[in-house]
Amino acid sequence: MTMKQWEVVIGIETHAQLATRSKIFSGSSTDFGAPPNVQASAVDIALPGVLPVLNRGAVDCAIRFGLAVDGKIAARSVFARKNYFYPDLPKGYQISQYELPVVVGGEVTIQMGQGDSLTEKTVNLTRAHLEEDAGKSLHEDFHGKSGIDLNRAGTPLLEIVTEPDMRSSAEAVAYAKALHALVRWIGICDGNMQEGSFRCDANVSVRPAGQRELGTRREIKNLNSFRFMQQAIDYEAQWQIAEIEEGRPIRQATVLFNPDSGETCAMRSKEDAHDYRYFPDPDLLPLVIDLDWIEKTRLSMPELPAHKRDRFIASYALSTYDAATLTAALDVADYFEAAVAVSGAGSAKICANWVTVDLAARLNKEGRDIAEAPVSPIQLGGLVARIADQTISNNIAKKVFETLWNGEGKSADEIIEQQGLKQITDGSAIETLIDGVLAANAPMVAEFKAGKDKAFNALVGQAMKAAKGQANPQQVNALLRKKLGEV
Amino acid sequence: MNAMLARSVTALSQALAAKEISSVELTQLYLDRIALHNPSINAFITVDARKSLAQAKAADELRAVGKGGAGAGPLTGIPLAQKDIFCSKGWLTTCGSKMLGNFVSPYDATVIERFNDAGAVMLGKTNMDEFAMGSSNETSYYGAVKNPWDRGRVSGGSSGGSAAAVAARLAPAATGTDTGGSIRQPAALCNLTGLKPTYGVVSRYGMIAFASSLDQAGPMGRTAEDCALLLNTMVGFDPRDSTSVSREKEDYLGMLSARADGKPLTGLKIGLPQEFFGASERTGCTAEVMRLVEEAIAEYRKLGAETVDISLPNMKLSVPAYYVIAPAEASSNLSRFDGVRYGYRAPEYGDLNEMYFRSRAQGFGDEVKRRILIGTYVLSHGYYDAYYLQAQRIRRLIANDFVAAFRQCDVIMGPTSPSTAFSLGEKAADPVQMYLSDIYTIAVNLAGLPGMSIPCGFANSLPAGLQLIGDYFCEAKLLNIAHRYQQATDWHLRYPPEIG
Repeated sequence: MTMKQWEVVIGIETHAQLATRSKIFSGSSTDFGAPPNVQASAVDIALPGVLPVLNRGAVDCAIRFGLAVDGKIAARSVFARKNYFYPDLPKGYQISQYELPVVVGGEVTIQMGQGDSLTEKTVNLTRAHLEEDAGKSLHEDFHGKSGIDLNRAGTPLLEIVTEPDMRSSAEAVAYAKALHALVRWIGICDGNMQEGSFRCDANVSVRPAGQRELGTRREIKNLNSFRFMQQAIDYEAQWQIAEIEEGRPIRQATVLFNPDSGETCAMRSKEDAHDYRYFPDPDLLPLVIDLDWIEKTRLSMPELPAHKRDRFIASYALSTYDAATLTAALDVADYFEAAVAVSGAGSAKICANWVTVDLAARLNKEGRDIAEAPVSPIQLGGLVARIADQTISNNIAKKVFETLWNGEGKSADEIIEQQGLKQITDGSAIETLIDGVLAANAPMVAEFKAGKDKAFNALVGQAMKAAKGQANPQQVNALLRKKLGEV
Repeated sequence: MNAMLARSVTALSQALAAKEISSVELTQLYLDRIALHNPSINAFITVDARKSLAQAKAADELRAVGKGGAGAGPLTGIPLAQKDIFCSKGWLTTCGSKMLGNFVSPYDATVIERFNDAGAVMLGKTNMDEFAMGSSNETSYYGAVKNPWDRGRVSGGSSGGSAAAVAARLAPAATGTDTGGSIRQPAALCNLTGLKPTYGVVSRYGMIAFASSLDQAGPMGRTAEDCALLLNTMVGFDPRDSTSVSREKEDYLGMLSARADGKPLTGLKIGLPQEFFGASERTGCTAEVMRLVEEAIAEYRKLGAETVDISLPNMKLSVPAYYVIAPAEASSNLSRFDGVRYGYRAPEYGDLNEMYFRSRAQGFGDEVKRRILIGTYVLSHGYYDAYYLQAQRIRRLIANDFVAAFRQCDVIMGPTSPSTAFSLGEKAADPVQMYLSDIYTIAVNLAGLPGMSIPCGFANSLPAGLQLIGDYFCEAKLLNIAHRYQQATDWHLRYPPEIG
């Protein structure tokens, strides 16, 4: 029996909470973490007679997004009511966009693999639309009743919907990460997944490889981490394949992922799906966006990641991988450029390594954000400049970096000067040093002569030790070989 | 009866300015009269003498400051009745429903805020059809309003409480709201002047929504002059209402023409839609009302106006289109009344769904439920295109009919209501007959145009109304045309026989 090959097909819907100060249809604050219901105005709690008024800031965010993904920004879009009853939905309907969304189309480029095996793929977007968030139902601590917190009700969301373009959980996660980076890059969402600012739903189906027709999908709701997304999709795809192979057809459903069990389970089937009775909200005029608004927004946009990546490759001769890593987040890219401005474009590769490896590791270790790095880009650029001109070795540079990190020096130059870390490059000085090492380590020299190459490395080590690490390693190597040849 | 009770708002304003009477005295006069006669009329749902008198006292103080009161305006100290659809801070605001029987609003509707800022005194909250759904005021949870002209008859609806209050001289003037005729029809049935402005002229903020794309508030008074005075305060752009229109403010009172003899309306073209007139089998209009309307038009001809025959070919579709669109919007607007945050909640329920079911089943009356069901149905998947979208297309056709009509005339005239006040209970069991009472008014809301009703005579001692329909934002013109008629006639000055 031959195993049938299955293809997994994934589309993602993302709810990105927009970083506006006030709500989408009221003046209440959108800050997270306030005591329940203190950020709920008459409009948010849907008192009789209140009316929504659109926050232009939310529209700005949608335009920024449309520009960033090269989508079509609708000249006219319409807010619609999505009707259903739930205690944390105060009006009994959610104001959303249905037939005419604010952004149509667009694409997000994702990268898979690393180095030579790095490939790019385009994920096409169906649409992005503006809507309001609901409140929260709290089911604990109310003596058998439920509590309602309407602070979140009316928070602006941009719902971003892809075509079913992804073929693996890895692609889905790469897309989610790229989108996450992008919305933060253009400043429309803080991307805080724990606080629910960036939530993904994954539509998953499977089909026999080569089949054009899509399989029946199930939607995994509320994936609030990339790891869960990967686990949930993998589990769901395997479950669907197993079901079909055992002769049970997939039925359209909404499912939840349980991170504890690692399994997905159905919440509701299509049969009991709501009829939302969408219709245009008569309280709101159609949203009209003219070219002037779009152009003004375009002028306030940062350079987009793809463009910046290409520029880094062209201007700094960086690898695609380095450029991609540096442009994963705007603050990292800005840090890098500020450092290169000091170190010089010729040392951009060293600079890139320091930002993506050493600095990243140190930040990661302390759980800090690059914005809070104790070493400024100017300081790092200064350090890189000294590596590039061979004033110090990479190893010594690590020490200098630590000193800068701990706030024990103003600049690399100052630290090198004060601690006498300048690399010894004077050939005669190194020669004297090596002569001493050879004299003191006759047994090692003998081993080398007997053909043991390892002994050579040990002698290099001794020489570097004698130089307190400050001798230029290449010079030590070359001179040692020369001397040993003479002995 | 105190002579002050016969005065218009304009006259009372002068009396207050001249210190002939204080606002406290005037307010007390009306409060006493409400206490005496409201039990037999049922025009008010809520009266709060302490609050009203406090406002009156503040108004008197404002009028006392300096010579004539520098901060005082024409409405300072004038007692007004407010339809119970307007949220009023600290006042019970029921919208005629059991659902809001316990709802004390924590905020003021823009209309209320504007009257408060103008120094007007809130005399009380007037009865209305539940959530403004009705044409007879019989759907109110707080009981039907009795027509002061004949207490066995309806006052019209949904602003029937406001109409009866003014007609019975329980208030000098009042506010109403009009979604399909709810200002004009009760005005006609109670011998009042009522104006529904162009959609968007008066803010809807704080006015409990029935059908958002049709609802519009307006004044109800004894004269066009009083309506102009109230409208001056009610209108204006409101940033809290996205459908509110930003335009230069007009002085509607100031624009009214002074009395002139001869033919002051020479040049005015009155359009008479063929669909409004003719045999009663075709129009549904009683012969008596038609005769009074034709007499009124004859009076306009005497004043110099000429009439032109016009056509509104899609008029017959207005009632069916309205009874798709209005219930659709209402079904969604009324979803917020779920017993969760305010309003009525059933005393007993097992779970969340049961709480919803019972609270809404017990909190809403039959007519409201009927419209929620219709609205839910027409918005449902598979029916939306056939009903809601189709009704919207008809709505556009009706609006286009009016655009074409106003190329031929300045104002359109016809009956307001096909009959005079009908008996209480007469149509209560037949929703379609009830819906047809608005046959002349509904198209105006669908098109978003301004419309007025003015008294034009009596049939069997019951008042009838002449409807005036204007082009968009032509409130000043409409008021002026009404004012000219009232300068030449005295129908609007007739009062019902003293009650009680």
